[in-house]
Amino acid sequence: MKRDIFQAIADPTRRAILVLVATNALTPNAIADQFNTTRQAVSKHIKILNECELLDEKKVGREIYYQLKIDKMKEIDKWLAQFKEIWESRFNQLDQVLMNLKSKENET
Amino acid sequence: MKPNLLMNFTVDKENSTVNVKREFNASLDNVWSAWTEPEILDQWWAPAPWKAKTKSMDFKKGGRRLYAMVGPQGEEHWAIADFTSITPKSNFKYLDAFSDSEGNLNKDFPRSDWNVNFSEQGDSTIVDIAIKHENLSDLEKIIEMGFKEGFTIAMEGLDEIFATRAK
Repeated sequence: MKRDIFQAIADPTRRAILVLVATNALTPNAIADQFNTTRQAVSKHIKILNECELLDEKKVGREIYYQLKIDKMKEIDKWLAQFKEIWESRFNQLDQVLMNLKSKENET
Repeated sequence: MKPNLLMNFTVDKENSTVNVKREFNASLDNVWSAWTEPEILDQWWAPAPWKAKTKSMDFKKGGRRLYAMVGPQGEEHWAIADFTSITPKSNFKYLDAFSDSEGNLNKDFPRSDWNVNFSEQGDSTIVDIAIKHENLSDLEKIIEMGFKEGFTIAMEGLDEIFATRAK
């Protein structure tokens, strides 16, 4: 089965890894240090993210550094942001409605 | 979005499910009412500038809500919600679908299964929604349609205004 970017972000650990490598290029060990799980588990997540083409690989000496491939994330972001916006707009309206309900309660 | 109010939005493609979780600074009673009473529901369900208009709503197991999303130009998109399970102030489930104004299903569009959970947390109320689609392509279709319907329609509305003004 071909992996895709949505599979990548379905898992909370992988989302956390993406956040980590968004700002810094990190080695697998440095990434694993941030989690309570085993190194094997973390490297499996990295492998999946890599297969989804979300990571840039850079070799420095014997170490491999991973960094977020920005373009690919933008696709997801754009897609999710629009969908999320509908809900945010809806919920902000609901906040207002709930405030009105509350003030009505206080009047009576 | 207001600070401190939790909002979570995730798409689980493996399970074809969209999860939305939000905290509200209100009592469980009021939040439940806002989701289940048509006259309150209509005040917030449609993202502005769209408005929701409920034609009928029978909030019980086996009952149906028939409503329209009304656009800024008065265009109407009808939809139904068939309630499949209700546990007062805790959970309700329904199957949604696009329809006409009489509630006849539009079979070109897949239905999705909504599971809406309510829980109290201190002074606030958490609403946790899972929208499950039959399969992945349904989810992709809905999302694609959602964008096209929700966003380009708004844009088209503007185009129309500009077009008439230009004449």
